Amino acid sequence: MVKVPERATAFFEYAPAPESRAIVDIKASYGLFIDGEFVDGHGTSFKTINPASEEVLAEVAEADEADIDLAVRAARRAHTRVWGRMPGSERAKYLFRIARIIQERGRELAVLESIDNGKPIKESRDIDIPVVAAHFFYYAGWADKLSYAGLGTDPKPLGVAGQIIPWNFPLLMLAWKIAPALAAGNTVVLKPAETTPLTALLFAEICQQADLPPGVVNIVTGAGATGRAIVAHPDVDKIAFTGSTDVGKAIARAVAGSKKKVTLELGGKAANIVFDDAPIDQAIEGIVNGIFFNQGHVCCAGSRLLVQESVAEEVLERLKRRMSTLRVGDPLDKNTDVGAINSAEQLAKIRELSDVGEQEGGERWSPACDLPANGFWFPPTLFTGVTQAHRIAREEIFGPVLSVITFRTPAEAVEKANNTPFGLSAGVWTDKGSRILWMANQLRAGVVWANTFNKFDPTAPFGGYKESGYGREGGIPGLATYLKGTG
Amino acid sequence: MARLDVKKTYKLYIGGAFPRSESGRTSVVNDAQGNLLANAAKASRKDARDAVIAARKAFGGWSSATAYNRGQVLYRIAEVLEGRRDQFVAELRATEGITAAKATTYVDAAIDRIVWYAGWADKITQVVSTANPVAGPFFNLSSPEPTGVVAVVAPRGPLLGLVSVVAPVIATGNTCVVIASEAHPLTAITLGEVMATSDLPGGVVNMLTGSVAEIAPWLASHMDVNGIDLTGVADPELAAALETASADNLKRVRRAPEVAVDWLATPGIDRLTDWLETKTVWHPIGV
Repeated sequence: MVKVPERATAFFEYAPAPESRAIVDIKASYGLFIDGEFVDGHGTSFKTINPASEEVLAEVAEADEADIDLAVRAARRAHTRVWGRMPGSERAKYLFRIARIIQERGRELAVLESIDNGKPIKESRDIDIPVVAAHFFYYAGWADKLSYAGLGTDPKPLGVAGQIIPWNFPLLMLAWKIAPALAAGNTVVLKPAETTPLTALLFAEICQQADLPPGVVNIVTGAGATGRAIVAHPDVDKIAFTGSTDVGKAIARAVAGSKKKVTLELGGKAANIVFDDAPIDQAIEGIVNGIFFNQGHVCCAGSRLLVQESVAEEVLERLKRRMSTLRVGDPLDKNTDVGAINSAEQLAKIRELSDVGEQEGGERWSPACDLPANGFWFPPTLFTGVTQAHRIAREEIFGPVLSVITFRTPAEAVEKANNTPFGLSAGVWTDKGSRILWMANQLRAGVVWANTFNKFDPTAPFGGYKESGYGREGGIPGLATYLKGTG
Repeated sequence: MARLDVKKTYKLYIGGAFPRSESGRTSVVNDAQGNLLANAAKASRKDARDAVIAARKAFGGWSSATAYNRGQVLYRIAEVLEGRRDQFVAELRATEGITAAKATTYVDAAIDRIVWYAGWADKITQVVSTANPVAGPFFNLSSPEPTGVVAVVAPRGPLLGLVSVVAPVIATGNTCVVIASEAHPLTAITLGEVMATSDLPGGVVNMLTGSVAEIAPWLASHMDVNGIDLTGVADPELAAALETASADNLKRVRRAPEVAVDWLATPGIDRLTDWLETKTVWHPIGV
């Protein structure tokens, strides 16, 4: 039974504040970007839709095995003849140039991202796109400084990188993949997710604008079969994948016995741990940001709230009050906090797991909120009465659904936080410095946010322990995964 | 009348103790002339699983020991090995049929290799850590932590290859289950005796002797093993099968080398970094 509280914001209504769509020019159809040109694909083209309205945005080509072969050949040629032998200082300037164009066209990219993905414009505008530009800036400067990366005096690129990215941060994941790969002297064949191809295709145009040599970046659209063709191609030297743990395992099996290098950034079930001495107001904001940022479509989302028993009641009450003020709706509205679920398929998965949560005995709560009639929507939701055995406490939901679990002692918090096959991220909220450092040591996770959450920066390595994958993105480790050391 | 010598029973090294294989199996090890040297224990699936349990049990203490302490323990292993230098030279000569000079070269290099890695224990963190200048008011550090329990298939060769793959795993705070080279089970167990008397906590290194093809698949598919070093897997098909099985829980895999390794050469730090995870910690800065 969903309890419906009085709308906390009833006295304080917002007028609509839509961002204009006029800045984007979405074409009726898109080809594949191979060897510097847009070309037809040989697969079955598919439609990408706006998840907030189900409106068809464009028809997108599907790359089949032959197309992937063309793209890999183009990347190999570009690597051998141009990019791999170009002085790092010149590669750097191309990347700086791309970073600048991304900034110049930032609003256009943000609007397009929100239309294709469903994320709120305030997130695409203030987080995704600025961090994209920052990634290109950061790695641009590395291109002529590779000998300082700790891999010997003259580290070498791996060659051709096949890169497969998810739909939750389409352009940001592209930047995480392409910027370090290119800085290190590799060329790439990148596949964006099938539900969010448009900003990657606009990025292809930016590569043209930047006069990037043909074949250095190839963008191939498609779904699972296209991704498998990239992984299976014998002339790919490295696979970089961000996505589900199941697909990550399939990739690890597919490359077994080959010489391909792999980095995998996979799922998570992060614990966000609130101690009784935490700054509660900040913690509430951190909990909300942790699970409702980007509709919870975040691999490092704080999807398990571990709250110390002595403050659980207060935290829950304040959390519910705060959740009641979240504005769910039009992603292009500048006041929107929670946008659309990216696809019908994802919505079905969130609904299914939430239903399981109720069936297994969790108590479900959502604030009253009016969801638009069209498109894919799910209200911010929390579950209390959750045990560690419940599926909603173990499986990645990848939606705006928070499971609340209590603990009494720091040791119990650590044990519960680490009781998962994942190990991507964790949050700690306490005013006690020594406890923060102790917790940070104990938590088996690649990123620990203390008194903050969901912060990203190109200089800060990101990636998981255990079944959250291996390899890091960002910082020097993110560069090193695209280089061969020379001792 | 000549004195009858006392022969050693070579068993396994698990959890700091020297048990026989639970399977009761042994295999004959001959010297270079084909005369019986010993019966080596032939480890089973159950022994491998017991070894993983011992390694996991030891991980908490060993990974949270100070790097200084780990370095001292490794150096102690080198000290004890140095004291048993003649024994190892004799054992290598007997098992390999090599000259005293050659055996001495390998034993000395093995001792020096352990000293080299002992020195790394409290330096690798500084070499691979970063302070990250993020674009905001945050204190931000990335530092390495051990991966966990690592399965190691030791390379062919009696002592130097073995210490060259095991020392970096434990120097970084991991614990391990080692499958000794099938051709050289005896030296591996004698090395276990050195470790058992060097203040190395029980379970940090667990040594199995027996068939790689039989035991390694159980370690590759074991859900409580976090990484696997395939350096000693000579058969490419077995290596691919082990890598495939390792995907079940996304073990970190170090593949078998593409070209023969010169174990006498000074290694790089990749055998250390292969078994390290990077952890990034954020905290806001404010008053």
